Amino acid sequence: MALLEVRNLNVQFKTLDGVVTAVNGLSFDLERGQTLGIVGESGSGKSQTVLAMMGLLASNGSATGQALLEGQDLLRLPPKALNSIRGNRVAMIFQDPMTSLNPYLTVERQMTEVLELHKGMTRRQARVRAVQALDAVKIPDAARRLAMYPHEFSGGMRQRVMIAMALLCEPDVLIADEPTTALDVTVQAQILALLRELQREHGTAIVMITHDLGVVAGLCDQVMVLYGGRVMEQASAESIFYQPTHPYTVGLLGALPRIGNDNPSLLAIPGAPPDMARLPSGCPFNERCQWREPQCVSQRPALTALPEKPDVWRACHKSAAQIQPLKPSPAP
Amino acid sequence: MTDRTPLLSVRDLQVHFKVASDSPWPWAKPQLLKAVDGLSFDVFPGETLGIVGESGCGKSTLARAMLNLIPVTAGSIIWQGQEMRGAGAPEWHALRKSVQMIFQDPLACLDPRMTVGQIIAQPLHTHLPQLPAQEVMQRVRAMMQKVGLTTQQINRYPHEFSGGQCQRIGIARALVLEPKLVICDEPVSALDVSIQAQIINLLMALQAQMGLALVFIAHDLAVVRHISQRVMVMYLGRAMELASKQALYLAPQHPYTQALLSAIPSPDPRRERHKKLQLLQGELPSPIHPPSGCIFRTRCPQAIAACAEQKPEIRSLSSGAQVACDLI
Amino acid sequence: MLTPPEIDGLVQGRSLWSDARVRFARNKAALVSLLLLALIGLTCVIGPWLLPYAFDSADWNAMSTPPSWQNAHFWGTDDAGRDLLVRCLIGGRVSLTVGLLATLSSVTLGIVWGATAGFMGGKIDAFMMRVVDMMYAIPYLLIAILLITILGREFYLVVFTITVFSWMDMARVVRGQTLSLRSMEYVEAARAMGVSNTRIIFRHIVPNLLGVVVIYTTVTVPGVILTESVLSFLGLGIQEPMTSWGVLIHDGANAMEVTPWILLFPAGLLCITLYCFNFIGDGLRDALDPKER
Repeated sequence: MALLEVRNLNVQFKTLDGVVTAVNGLSFDLERGQTLGIVGESGSGKSQTVLAMMGLLASNGSATGQALLEGQDLLRLPPKALNSIRGNRVAMIFQDPMTSLNPYLTVERQMTEVLELHKGMTRRQARVRAVQALDAVKIPDAARRLAMYPHEFSGGMRQRVMIAMALLCEPDVLIADEPTTALDVTVQAQILALLRELQREHGTAIVMITHDLGVVAGLCDQVMVLYGGRVMEQASAESIFYQPTHPYTVGLLGALPRIGNDNPSLLAIPGAPPDMARLPSGCPFNERCQWREPQCVSQRPALTALPEKPDVWRACHKSAAQIQPLKPSPAP
Repeated sequence: MTDRTPLLSVRDLQVHFKVASDSPWPWAKPQLLKAVDGLSFDVFPGETLGIVGESGCGKSTLARAMLNLIPVTAGSIIWQGQEMRGAGAPEWHALRKSVQMIFQDPLACLDPRMTVGQIIAQPLHTHLPQLPAQEVMQRVRAMMQKVGLTTQQINRYPHEFSGGQCQRIGIARALVLEPKLVICDEPVSALDVSIQAQIINLLMALQAQMGLALVFIAHDLAVVRHISQRVMVMYLGRAMELASKQALYLAPQHPYTQALLSAIPSPDPRRERHKKLQLLQGELPSPIHPPSGCIFRTRCPQAIAACAEQKPEIRSLSSGAQVACDLI
Repeated sequence: MLTPPEIDGLVQGRSLWSDARVRFARNKAALVSLLLLALIGLTCVIGPWLLPYAFDSADWNAMSTPPSWQNAHFWGTDDAGRDLLVRCLIGGRVSLTVGLLATLSSVTLGIVWGATAGFMGGKIDAFMMRVVDMMYAIPYLLIAILLITILGREFYLVVFTITVFSWMDMARVVRGQTLSLRSMEYVEAARAMGVSNTRIIFRHIVPNLLGVVVIYTTVTVPGVILTESVLSFLGLGIQEPMTSWGVLIHDGANAMEVTPWILLFPAGLLCITLYCFNFIGDGLRDALDPKER
């Protein structure tokens, strides 16, 4: 049994425009020590997936399906039981470290709170552990910094504090929702290196949500590409990056300007990410797809495994062989 | 570099801000924030100069100073041979006809109460008020088509468009006067990856069509490399390196450039796994109390004691690159 | 959502004002309040002509009579035999007129003060806002009493006194909005384009101020009406024989125990009007909320 098994996760929101399905039919397995990358652009539903698992959806949101953490379904747990798991066995770090840390509490208070709650430590014991945690994330002068407030830290440091807080209880799963998007590229490199190191030390499984394929390449073993709330392709990082089999994945990879690539024109996927309240019929990507056929509009492709590579799952009517990386098309 | 005459020359540009001092007493001297501290570069007709740097390096301040939206403390800005510092309002007004700007937030830079047609027509009304309304509409429509918007949309409002389309409106507005130079302040940072590619392709195509010079400011090195011919790397208000794109990316000279390049995550798992990271230690120093001597020395892996004593001047290397480092 | 209608092949834009109208219409409380207010206003204007009694004529046969259908004193009479319904409607005319006039002048003063302070910035802004702070600190009732005692109780003087103490909210709000608009990226884009300061103010800042101004106007009106009522209640408002809701409430409060209807009807009218303005103001605030885009 995998550490985290998600089966057919659906997340819906009641809005003024009707019921909007933000996530549709998501499934994955996460083993110990593994890293899963969930990639997608805005509106793809990647954040809502993990928010649903953590029970952090907005009040008009509801989740169906299963999210089994070693057999326990996170979606069905009563609030008290869920609270004992959150922060303890499943921890989360968010995108904006400024708003995720309470500006009115010192860092020490925020960290010791977690330990007192889940590990039953005394204040003094918790403080010692907190200093150790800040050292582990390479914050210099940790003992003195504990007494400081979040606004006295820089963006990168705050994110380290968040990571330290998340790892205090040595969780089995660490969920990172775009943790480096708001950071400079050199700071991002430091944070990603830190995550890699901590993962090696503690064996934590990581779910990394991002729109940046470069971040995924450096950190993740498995990758899931989302579009319009549905999985387009799901495979190992090697497969996704070197042998993409879905038009959207091919498009995403081609749209990135690369240091080694001298091609003057980027592969631009025409159109724009969909409005989740008005998804196209059939395949959600069909309006922007170069290989579209009438079948793509009328019938939604199911997520199936490749016959020759059962680890690669894709949702496309055309076969993998027919999806060849395109030469970039001329202007827009 | 080349022996063409530059369109725009910036020499020793300094933009300093007075900020409230730490001391609460009203007679305390205000402190100086050196957002831009001695930049020099040229922009040649038809080429793209990329300016790259992380947050706090002063690139946005630079963009605004070039158009006199922020007052310049010292240095000179020479536009087509004419010194603009100290120039009066009419000269700047004339410059704005040929130098336009594209902004980072596609929706926020458009007045929500104006239609697309009115937004794109605004530069024409401002600089060519004598144009008849018919002509104005014609030019607006032509521009909309050029940037990939359908002319049926001309009466719609900005909030009815997606981010990428809003950026196209911004581009149309900037280009409707057929300027010679366009300053792009992080134009694709707020867009999704797939839309980013569309806008980059669009800008490059329009540049080729209209013979524009671009100053492309961004924090994403890969994007800047793709679109620029020469690239300048900024750190805390100073230039660290200025080189052609091949030279910069194949053989970066300055330690900061090297660190930046190694930090870019590339979508190539094997390469990422075996990458030798050059992590910068420490934190970005405060621009109010910058380090003495070389401003990068507090984080430089190769810094020696001498780096604290003297500010390194920008020297031209044999390869043509310009570097601000005494160790090279 | 339907696709937008096309006119001559051009797609009709959906401006922010039309969006706001739609959102306002969805707010039932605001709509009902608007209708109710219109009804009250209309009745106050036309009503007295349709009713058989004049507001200042005494009916000797019916002194302090409760509401009844037979003698056509639908809301009863007061202790001088004057028909209460007509007096309420006439009083409504006065209260509403004073309300609207005082609002108009305080809103104008507030906008000019606030926009100037916000746009000029620096020391001028600081000075102007300190004046506003000072005005807030002054206990208005004391000064109102002083002013009216010295200047008299003419209609326009009452309006003036009320204006003096009602413009500060608008000034603060407009200044805040102007400050935030000045730093909007589209204003920066206009400056980068070479648009003159004057054009920026009229093209970009003023239209984007209107939303806030409209909201706060609907919030100012009830405050002003209430101030007038308070002054009248204290005996400092409109002079006899002219009447306003405040005067009527004053009279009614004196006769409350014996003839409660003399208090209840004008007080009820005042309350309903104030509630209506509040609901409309709330509705406008929600409709014009930029987060709802």
